[in-house]
Parts: sequence; C-alpha cells; structure tokens
Amino acid sequence: MSDSLTANLDFEKNIIEVEDRIKHLQQLGNNDNLNFDSEITRLQTKLERLLKSTYSKLTPWQKTQVARHPDRPHTIDYINGLITDFTMLSGDRAFADDNALIGGIGRFCGQSIVVMGQEKGHDLDTRMKHNFGMAKPEGYRKAQRLMDLADRFNLPVLTFVDTSGAFPGVDAEERGQAQAIASSIERCLNLKVPMISTVIGEGGSGGAIAIATANRILMLEHAIYSVISPEGCASILWRSPDKVKEATEALHLTAQDLRKFGIIDEIIAEPIGGAHRNHAETINHAKEVILRHLQELLSFSGEELKKKRTEKFMKMGRKFAKSE
Amino acid sequence: MNWISEFVRPKIKKTSAKEVSDNLWTKCPECGQMLFNKELEKDYFICSFCGHHLRLPVETRFKMLFDNSRYRLINLPKVQDDPLNFKDTKRYIDRLRTYRRSSHNDDALSVAVGNIDSIRTVIGALDFGFMGGSMGIAVGEGIAKACDFAAKTSAPLVLITASGGARMQEGMLSLVQMARTTAAINAFKESGLPYISIMTDPTTGGVSASFAMLGDINIAEQGSIIGFAGARVIEQTIRETLPEHFQKAEYLRDHGMIDIVINRMNMRETLARILKLLIAKTN
Ligand SMILES: [Zn+2]
Repeated sequence: MSDSLTANLDFEKNIIEVEDRIKHLQQLGNNDNLNFDSEITRLQTKLERLLKSTYSKLTPWQKTQVARHPDRPHTIDYINGLITDFTMLSGDRAFADDNALIGGIGRFCGQSIVVMGQEKGHDLDTRMKHNFGMAKPEGYRKAQRLMDLADRFNLPVLTFVDTSGAFPGVDAEERGQAQAIASSIERCLNLKVPMISTVIGEGGSGGAIAIATANRILMLEHAIYSVISPEGCASILWRSPDKVKEATEALHLTAQDLRKFGIIDEIIAEPIGGAHRNHAETINHAKEVILRHLQELLSFSGEELKKKRTEKFMKMGRKFAKSE
Repeated sequence: MNWISEFVRPKIKKTSAKEVSDNLWTKCPECGQMLFNKELEKDYFICSFCGHHLRLPVETRFKMLFDNSRYRLINLPKVQDDPLNFKDTKRYIDRLRTYRRSSHNDDALSVAVGNIDSIRTVIGALDFGFMGGSMGIAVGEGIAKACDFAAKTSAPLVLITASGGARMQEGMLSLVQMARTTAAINAFKESGLPYISIMTDPTTGGVSASFAMLGDINIAEQGSIIGFAGARVIEQTIRETLPEHFQKAEYLRDHGMIDIVINRMNMRETLARILKLLIAKTN
C-alpha cells in the first residue's frame, strides 16, 4: 500500500518524523553493517509513547481522518484476511455489476457465509474502478441478490461498511437510488440468517445503513458512522465548510459515542497507532469479535433472528422515548 | 363534494415566510403570479395560473381527504428532546421550541384516523414547515405508532411525505430511524392491509430511501421533487447541469419508481378507489 495518494495526517507529524528516523537508521545499518540498535530501540520506545498518547485522545475530527486514511485495511483486505475459498459474485441480475460494493461466498472460520462490503480502492486505478466506494442502485440491488442467496442456502451474512455514502449522480437517481436503499434495508430486516455488520472505516449515511441493518453492528475503534458527512453538515447547518470540526463534534459519530447511544454493539480495538499501521493485527481482532458474535447468533432459529433484528431497530431511540 | 363546503381555514400557518407576501396574497413559487389566499385555499393550494401544487398545511390535507373533513388525531408518543445536546449556530432545543410554537405540534408528523369514502383509514403526514419535515426519533416513533395502530384496528395506512430526509441534529439516532420505520412498515405489511405511500414536494434523503419508497402502491403529487441526493450535491459531484424535469414526480414515474403521478384535485377519489379495490374485493 505504498502508492497512497493522500498526504500524511496532520496530527501525526511528530510520529512520522520518528518513524522516518527509525527507517533511516535501519537502512544505514543494513547497508554498512553498522549497528544502531540502541538508538533504534530508544526511538522505538519514544514512538510507542507518542502513538499511545496521540491515539488515546483523538478528537472526533482526527478519528474522521483516521477512518478515511487510504492505508487502512479495506473490505478487500478483510475478505483476503478472513475468508477462505472466497468466490466473488458479480452483478444485480438487472442492469450492471457495481464494483463499489463487492461480495460473494466463502468460508469464515470454516463456516460457509455470504460476505459483502463497499470497497474504496487504494490507488488511482482501483479508486476509479470501485467508484471510491460509492455504490449506485445496482450495488444495493446486488446486495439484495446476495442476501437472497444467503437465505436460500442458510448462510450467515457478514458485511463490511466503508463508504462516504451512496453515489450522488444523475444515473444513480434515474435508476432509483432511494428505492434501492429502502429495499436493501427491508431485505436486511427479512433475512432469516445471522447478519453481522462491521463499520471498518467510514459509515456514510443511507449508503451505509442499506447493508448494516444487522443483528449485530460492530465498529472499529477509530471508525465513524454518521447521518451526514461532517463537511455536508457544516455547509448546511453552519453554512461554512470551515466549521467541519465543530460539525464532527456535534454529530457524535465516533464508535465510543455510538456505543453509548446503543447504536452499535461492540467496538473492535485497533492496534496502537491505528489500523493503518498494522493490518494483520486489526483484521485478527476483527476476526475474534465477529466469530464470537456469529457463534452466539448461530444458536437462534431463522425466525428468531428476524424477530430479534426487527426488535433491535424498533427499540433504537426508544430508550430516549418517554412513556406515553 | 359536500366536504369542501365545510372547508375551514386552517388555524396553523405553515406556508414558509417567503412564499407569503402578506396575509392576503401568496406568490406562486413556480410562475410568480400573486394568488389570493382565500381562493388558494379553495383551490387546494394549487396555482390557478400554472397548476403548480404549493405546499399545504397538514390540517388542510386531512380535511381534503377524510369524509366530511372529519378525523381524529392520534396521540403520538413523547420522546426525549435533543438527545445529543446539539448546537450549531443555534441550539437544536431552541429551534424545536420555535417550530413547536408556530406549528402547534410537537414534531413534524401528524397521524389521523377517519373515513375515506367510508373506508376507515389511518393517515400520517409530514409537515415540511417543521424543520423541513425531517425525520428524527419523534417521527420514527410516530410512524411506528401509526403502523401499529392501523394494524391493530385493521385500517389501511396512508403516509404522506414532505421531507428533506433524516434530521441531522439527532445524528445517528435519526439515521437508524430509516431502519426503524422500514421495520414498522414491514410489520404492518404482515397484517395483509395496504400501505399507500404518497410522496409530495419534496421527498428526499433518508425518508425517500426508507418507508416512502416501500408503499404497496407509490403515488406522487405532480411536479414534486423526489430523490435521494440533493440536486445541488449532484451538480457539484458531476459538474454538469441536470436534465430537465430531473427528480420530478413524472421523471420518477418514467424511470419506474412511482406507480401514479396525481393531481391533488384527484387524490381523494383515487385513494378511495384504490383502497376499495384492495380491500373490498367484490362489490
Ligand atoms: Zn403558478
């Protein structure tokens, strides 16, 4: 993932400086058989301290930047890391194949499953191919088609959510973006198999919930999930894009806030310094948590799973409802 | 149509300020003609010059649709205000108070029960004048209540939308109302009763992408803007001008998303006919 396009995160300036010095010393050591071990160790200790202190108190806006970091593990990385025998399935059987939302069948810890998620891409070519993870109606109809398959063969559904939102475009509107999202939510609710959704980066509004109306909703530690992008919120409510940090605070879009509000079920810990620093460890944490939830859900019947999922969403916000 | 004669001037003024030049006249937002308010009310808030359907108060809507303009409002559950303690340039709680004062309603949704050509029907309607008809916890709770009440009393359900989408000021608690209202509609549909969705100007965002698009029959008022993304956002994304009639009710019908585009004048008769066809299957 060396060909990422965006610059380093502004608040990581000191961290990256130390990381670069360590890399530099390691290279010098390799080339000239010199030994900088003690200095490298000192710097590594310093680095760890810096990472810990920075990442333990990220602001909501910094989390938003981390959640969007181009080097974060994306849906494809989770599929490669967690799913064996993955077999990609394409198309909505009506109009097109949407690469913004990819999916298929495979095995998760031995269990056959249906897996899907938005893929943002990691360089210019793949970003274009995947339309930056912004699905069109055919993407949400592919999701529904994959859920039909899951129901037919009694396969649990795992989704990975990572999108700034559904694609806003003329073609998407004329093919019924609103209808596609609405019916995808409905399809999720009618599933008679376990469904677990994990917000791995950005959970952007309707385009996210379309594949996240699940029995369990998990979120990476520094992921965000929001009704509107902080930028959109700032420009509508503050009428000023400069107020993006204020909007980010006000929206309560962090995993920690959403756990408090009962929107999500569990937070998946990220390695020190964020998921983009250690894919393997991140994906392994995700695996443990997803597996535990899946094992719990597998003990319920299809009808129970559907009922529980409906009740879960019918309750949301109700703990804030006063009695009639 | 004797129910028109009992047409009462709505107590609630919901037309937005800029559409009203003074107490007597309203400017048509489409053709710019000045319309005499008393005449406008008589014409169901349809412009007599160009036929444009202006937004109308929910109370007027109910009076137009129910037999003899008679209906009973259903009490909707109270919810906790402002769960996020949200503040932009103004506190959300203060905005809420302002809208409550001007609308005499707790939130954007009203639900009523009455007869449409003798068929007992539950109608829920969103008021665009109340924070753009946006959907937060209160609207979600109200839709759930409407679904539950209609199913329990074996009444068909009509939901009339006018909404910019989810209510940002309630953050994710508003986004999940998309799933919640869909779940409520889902449960209602299991009763075997019809759910008719009537989309009016405008119906966008989280409302169009949840319960509004899931009607057994989807109806739209002519000329209404209906879509997912806002036209401005789309223009900024694709950087071209949008096609003519883009996101208009007729455009959605032509692209297969809407069953019937309707003139407001015909709404009551059309609803009555459809409900009878779906419920009173033999006559
Ligand atoms: Zn006019």
